[in-house]
Amino acid sequence: MSLTDKDKAAVKALWSRISKSADAIGADALSRMLVVYPQTKTYFSHWADLSSGSAQVKGHGKTIMGGVALAVAKIDDLTNGLLDLSEKHAFQIKVDPANFKILAHCLLLVIANLFPADFTPEAHVSMDKFLGNVALGISERYR
Amino acid sequence: MVEWTEQERSIITGIFANLSYEEIGPKALVRCLIVYPWTQRYFSSFGNLYNAEAIRGNPNVAAHGIKVLHGLDRAVKNMDNIKATYAELSVLHSEKLHVDPDNFRVSSAGLQQMHSAHLKADRLVSRRLTFPLFLHQLLADCLTIEIAAKLGTAFTADTQAAFQKFLAVVVSALGRQYH
Repeated sequence: MSLTDKDKAAVKALWSRISKSADAIGADALSRMLVVYPQTKTYFSHWADLSSGSAQVKGHGKTIMGGVALAVAKIDDLTNGLLDLSEKHAFQIKVDPANFKILAHCLLLVIANLFPADFTPEAHVSMDKFLGNVALGISERYR
Repeated sequence: MVEWTEQERSIITGIFANLSYEEIGPKALVRCLIVYPWTQRYFSSFGNLYNAEAIRGNPNVAAHGIKVLHGLDRAVKNMDNIKATYAELSVLHSEKLHVDPDNFRVSSAGLQQMHSAHLKADRLVSRRLTFPLFLHQLLADCLTIEIAAKLGTAFTADTQAAFQKFLAVVVSALGRQYH
């Protein structure tokens, strides 16, 4: 389901409203994922502290949102724009791509939670499509 | 048998005790029909679903959203046996007939009426619709999003976990009678 011009406009509009809270969104989404989907903790067994306030969770939430910001910037060509990140996930991190959907759900939920007025169904559908395409871009180099 | 902690029980009953069915029910279904447009397939008798505006303004959608939420009441009251609670509803959902959605009364009289109408009308057999299992999960996700939007900081990770677990059990119970 590729992004229409309407989708891209909706994503950019939503991003402009939420980006100043990007770090908080990332940290909250990640910590929710670790609580609600405990099987995802397996990827962070090297962390001392998986609790929501921990420096590692906050730091990694920020890293994730940096990736989202990059994707927004490269929205016209996600496949090429995310190639480096894809190489990293494919050859270094090796997170199962099935988890991208889980993280996307948590991101959408946090945005709804923090920005209920902005996260209309119209914004939701475009953001959902966008994150799906980001997941495809990240998976590009997997096999 | 699903195990619930005291905390999970109190989270679930708390959410439903403070829920505005008239507000959240319609919003959840509207969101589902807009975000996952293919779900409109199962509501062709509802009238105009042509665009977001039409979906939002459609009184059948609103009424059905409220009905769906109230359908969860039974699960909240019977958290220790959600599977049995929905056995009847599951049969209904898996054998949805092409009739007015108002016929979805969950009484044994209603069930018998529907089944005998089904047996009498051959045209209904060929146009039988069955709800996909995915529809329930998509609607559950939209309901979770609406609750998250409504509850703000009160929608903690533990609250999310309990609510999603509850909906997963309901979705699973509804799917059990499919064949």
